[in-house]
Amino acid sequence: MTDSMKPLAITLTGCAKTFADGTKALEPLDLVIKSGETLVLLGPSGCGKTTTLRIIAGLEQPDAGGTVLFDGEDVTPLSIEKRNVGMVFQSYALFPNMSVAENIGYGLRLRKTPSAALRARVNEMLGMMRIEKLADRRIDQLSGGQRQRVALARALAVRPRALLLDEPLTALDAKLRDALRIEIDELLRRLGITAVYVTHDQAEAMALGDRIVVMEHGKVAQIGTPRDIYQRPATLFVADFIGTMNRVAGHVAGGAFVTSAGSIPWPEAPARATEAMFRPQDVSIADDGAAHLKGTITAAFFLGDRTRLAVDVGGDKPLILEAAARRDFSHGDPIGLRIDPHGLLSL
Amino acid sequence: MKRGAAFYAQLAFTLLVCAFLIAPVILSILAGVTVNYQSGIQSGFTLRWVFAVWDGYRDTIFLSIGISLACLAGTLILGVPAAYALAKRQNAFSRALEELLVMPVAVPGLATALALIVTYGGAGGFRTSWSFILVGHILFTLPFMVRSVLAVLSAIDLKTLEEGAASLGASFWQRFFHIVLPNCRGGILAGSLMVVTLSMGEFNMTWLLHTPLTKTLPVGLADAYASLRLEIGSAYTLVFFLMIVPLLVALQWLGQARQAKFVAEDE
Repeated sequence: MTDSMKPLAITLTGCAKTFADGTKALEPLDLVIKSGETLVLLGPSGCGKTTTLRIIAGLEQPDAGGTVLFDGEDVTPLSIEKRNVGMVFQSYALFPNMSVAENIGYGLRLRKTPSAALRARVNEMLGMMRIEKLADRRIDQLSGGQRQRVALARALAVRPRALLLDEPLTALDAKLRDALRIEIDELLRRLGITAVYVTHDQAEAMALGDRIVVMEHGKVAQIGTPRDIYQRPATLFVADFIGTMNRVAGHVAGGAFVTSAGSIPWPEAPARATEAMFRPQDVSIADDGAAHLKGTITAAFFLGDRTRLAVDVGGDKPLILEAAARRDFSHGDPIGLRIDPHGLLSL
Repeated sequence: MKRGAAFYAQLAFTLLVCAFLIAPVILSILAGVTVNYQSGIQSGFTLRWVFAVWDGYRDTIFLSIGISLACLAGTLILGVPAAYALAKRQNAFSRALEELLVMPVAVPGLATALALIVTYGGAGGFRTSWSFILVGHILFTLPFMVRSVLAVLSAIDLKTLEEGAASLGASFWQRFFHIVLPNCRGGILAGSLMVVTLSMGEFNMTWLLHTPLTKTLPVGLADAYASLRLEIGSAYTLVFFLMIVPLLVALQWLGQARQAKFVAEDE
């Protein structure tokens, strides 16, 4: 991206990847990344998300037949150094032989930027990431969070056409991860740059992504906004991977879903549903008379602001729900549950 | 702090070992500046032998320094890219190659020298030039350069560092000179010290490879001990020390100069 130009749009068509040892990392993939959006590639390890990012970057070549278009121009044969994309790595990849300022200015130095302009841009980047004081430090004198800020500054200093981030927060501890996630989110919105963000952390994906691509075994399981994916998961895998999803087996009869532990009113139930799914927040605790399902508590985890309960209603897995922290629960207590019909789903 | 008997026993042992190792050096140096070693140091000190060595063997000293520096240049040009290639491609072939490189160290120097003579001895100009010795020295010292650079390269995440540089627009050669080389500086320095010292002191192979016109310092030293007065041989050792110690100190200093600058910047 340069300041005056429209952010880059990226199109992948038929991009598959088979490694030299015959492992199929990615099935043929078609993907359109819109100008200026933040697209998150989400999935467990080995799902092909990093391979996809590396194909966009030019660090991997797709198998024959796959093409990568930048604003409609075919960049498939170009290696990464000719694509002008900024890249942020999980391990930061900062150069130990250079100071922080030298790291940030390296891309500009390669572009033969005049030294006054180079220094001005480096200072601007240091200011943007609020690391002015670290300019002369060596890389091994920085904390993990500082390193990731330097890596972001270095990637953005050259005004790349797109920013590619490969699990940038995974190596950091939980608190720092939350703080940096908010910073990255603000940064991406402010710059309006097209960004592709790889993560295995669904909370990170939901917070950062304009759209999320959930991947499984080298295939796309679902593409959609965080809301779409959370509220209308396309497959069981997506439902389980994004947040917590409860499932009970049963059948539909007379506007309700009948299970062995009771029946749940569900006016819009699909007639053939054999399984009802709902999120923990759509479950409330009810007195015996008002309860839809009855079960027994198998575990209670006090989390401070709330208590997370596991309730056995006769299925293979207990239901998970959250209750106010004030009440005390103990293992084996009987409990009645009400399910909000708007939260019910089936696949 | 109170120290037990064990501490003093260890100290005594250490000093004893040091004395055992250092005494011959001192005696040898003394012998080199003594008028007559047979009658002991009461015969007086002289620099006569040192000058005699300088007059008779000056050329072997310069030849040795020249060969060891040429050997260093050769191992840098061959060894650093070789180590880089081995670090980049970790497979059965590269590991086999790594082991093969060490062969000239495992095989007796005499055997390597014989093989060189049998194969290239007929090439007249080559056989009689100092570059014939240089080839032997490079064969022998190359693994030390490759190994020490490879050890450093394996310890850093070379692949990701290079990908990071490439994402900023660095071509292969820019990555090699801006990122790879500066980050294996320590290995290159350690390897260089090894190569220079080994080449300077190499005798086994050189003994067979040399001609009367291409005598190196250790070969000349052997000659001096075998055919001349003990005092001349000892003076030769002294000259050897005087030549090699400053060279090694200079190499070490060259390697640390930049590191020291870095530390100063942090204050």
